[in-house]
Amino acid sequence: MYEILSREDLAPVTKLFEVRAPTVARKARAGHFVIVRIDEEGERVPLTIADSDRERGTITLVFQEVGKTTMQMGTMQPGDQFASCTGPLGLPSEIERYGTVLLVGGGVGIAPIYPIARELKEAGNTVLSVIGARNQDLLFWEDKMRTVSDELTVCTDDGSYGRKALVTIPTKEMLEAGRPIEHIWAIGPAIMMKFCALTTRPFGVPTTVSLNSIMVDGTGMCGACRVEVGGRTRFVCVDGPEFDGHQVDWDQLLARQRIYLEQEKQATETWKHQCQCGS
Amino acid sequence: MSEAIKPMPQDRMKVPRQEMPTQEPAVRAHNFIEVALGFPDQSAALEAMRCLQCKKPKCVEGCPVGVNIPAFIGRLREGDLPGSARSLKSDNNLPAICGRVCPQETQCEVVCVVGKKSMPVAIGRLERYVADWDLGHPSPPPAVPPPTGKKVAVIGSGPAGLTCAGDLARYGHQVTIFESLHAPGGVLIYGIPEFRLPKHIVHAEVNYVCSLGVDLRLNEVIGKTYTLDELLEQEGYEAIFLGTGAGLPMFMHIPGENYNGVYSANEFLTRVNLMKAYLFPNWDTPVKVGRKVAVVGAGNVAMDSSRCALRLGAEEVHIVYRRSSEEVPARAEEVHHAEEEGIIFDFLTNPVEIFGDEKGWVRGMRCMRMKLGEPDASGRRRPLPVEGSEFDMDVDMVIMALGTHPNPLVFTESGGLERTRHGTVVADEKTGKTTKDRVWAGGDIVTGAATVISAMGAGKQAAADIDRFLRGEAVPAAGAAATAAVG
Repeated sequence: MYEILSREDLAPVTKLFEVRAPTVARKARAGHFVIVRIDEEGERVPLTIADSDRERGTITLVFQEVGKTTMQMGTMQPGDQFASCTGPLGLPSEIERYGTVLLVGGGVGIAPIYPIARELKEAGNTVLSVIGARNQDLLFWEDKMRTVSDELTVCTDDGSYGRKALVTIPTKEMLEAGRPIEHIWAIGPAIMMKFCALTTRPFGVPTTVSLNSIMVDGTGMCGACRVEVGGRTRFVCVDGPEFDGHQVDWDQLLARQRIYLEQEKQATETWKHQCQCGS
Repeated sequence: MSEAIKPMPQDRMKVPRQEMPTQEPAVRAHNFIEVALGFPDQSAALEAMRCLQCKKPKCVEGCPVGVNIPAFIGRLREGDLPGSARSLKSDNNLPAICGRVCPQETQCEVVCVVGKKSMPVAIGRLERYVADWDLGHPSPPPAVPPPTGKKVAVIGSGPAGLTCAGDLARYGHQVTIFESLHAPGGVLIYGIPEFRLPKHIVHAEVNYVCSLGVDLRLNEVIGKTYTLDELLEQEGYEAIFLGTGAGLPMFMHIPGENYNGVYSANEFLTRVNLMKAYLFPNWDTPVKVGRKVAVVGAGNVAMDSSRCALRLGAEEVHIVYRRSSEEVPARAEEVHHAEEEGIIFDFLTNPVEIFGDEKGWVRGMRCMRMKLGEPDASGRRRPLPVEGSEFDMDVDMVIMALGTHPNPLVFTESGGLERTRHGTVVADEKTGKTTKDRVWAGGDIVTGAATVISAMGAGKQAAADIDRFLRGEAVPAAGAAATAAVG
């Protein structure tokens, strides 16, 4: 079970796995996530489902190597298996016929934005998309995004590819130009989502974000992922992961994402050390 | 035990209740090894002698799963350990677990006739002794009747689900347990710490249930991976037992509860027990441990949380409880063990606000002193705040152990299940039948947070009723005589 069928290196630190998980694929929809464990000693890590294939019984996961678990995951190859893969979890994206929609994907957030863009397109929306990353190395899926977008803007923070801009810049320009945008999705690192929400707020356009809190079980049992949205404590795993970006307490989310910073550093160093000794 | 001893009844009464050795408090407060070490053979033999083998045993009535206590103690007394284990396991699928975590002092032992003149027979310790012997001497699983061909889904692999599944398999039905986590056992695995219930014991007893022919499907979340209606209508299950417990944590809804360093007891215990954060970084999951920790609440979960925090290296751990020592809901033994280990109890104290520093970490907690007023709906005296009694506790970690609610995830897109305003499922007290066709429920999902053994009792009753239903015998009308939620 949960065998990696194929692997694609989207960028030096961004990897894609197609994983056999028929019971997850059966129900997976845009916006859903899974919780995976590498091995018996592994932590439970939430990853958004970037794509799924019901017939083949597979799901696609995209992740960026940032700490011990994701770095170790980056060494896994086709034929390797996850110890567990649970899902689909969370609530799916609210796909409707809005009219014109804007999809903003930053960094590894391009992966979860893609299935939402595809479903919105299939639902008859005019899809405007902006994808961006720090530099060209971190960009991926421009081609896939182009197939589901009526208009695509690609940018990098350092100008190494596409337009030199943060994703908030083209977003703001489109809103200022009076494009008839009914709904916006912005997915990426918390800080990017925070600034997207701040950018769109003055224009009053509903902006959905997908929060990436720390989780354990992913089923509402522990409350690790809790964050205030509109003054109420919500559990990202069961009430989200998508919320109204204008209502999220971003500073609380950012603080809560840093709870285990020290331990993450320790684990990463221990792991790197073991790797060096082992190889 | 080498030979059976046959004393006269009057001699039996002279044998004192045998003490079970434990790790020294000062030592065990720094390790996760089991606190209680179990009876040595000699103590078990002496303790078994104390049983009077009553013709009408009160202890059996006191046991929620009706274990034939005199029978297994009788065999033990005769030196027939295999026979004793067989007898015990014919009534109870999880004896090594029950021998450790059951509140025998309020169930079988409180009604023991020996207890009228002296201390009751240590039934729980004997149960543990026999069950542990059995785990060390594997025997083939008991024969099950020919398959009936009927498929039953059991949701949740905690005490209620495991008991129900084991009994249904013994009736000859084809049982599948669906578990959302990556390890079976429910609260036995994520909640109760290693030092009170070693996980190898849980694994061994889960394996025993599987050896009866039960199929276990991990990592499948009912309500997400499959809905209840899909199981009934598309996946070919003829009946469902819901044993998903009460897994949703409660918070106080006071300011500052989302600061870093405030945990639900569920999260803290899950990180420590299921994810083995006490073995970090060899195991990947971390947990933060404060210097000074406040655990809010005084149930068994609060005791477990406080003792885990101590073992992880906290300098000072407080139990903060709004009522007095009289109302503490935890087992006396757990409170005693916690006190021995140095946990500080702050009674008649209630948090009103948690303070944080500029980085969002807990740096203190404001509390009020309480006094007890008239009894409330629970029959306990209502705690009332003492005006002007606010004071600040210097803590850097807070664990909320306030109780839990059933997780509503399992009901997703499946109608027809009546629930109380506490979120518990309405089910017949005797049979566990819910208001939904072909669905039974038992354990904390019906009663709200309660004990392992009461959940097992409910699982057993439901298994019997599901068996009657599958055999085409009459079942009571759906949801008749519903139980009230304990809350």
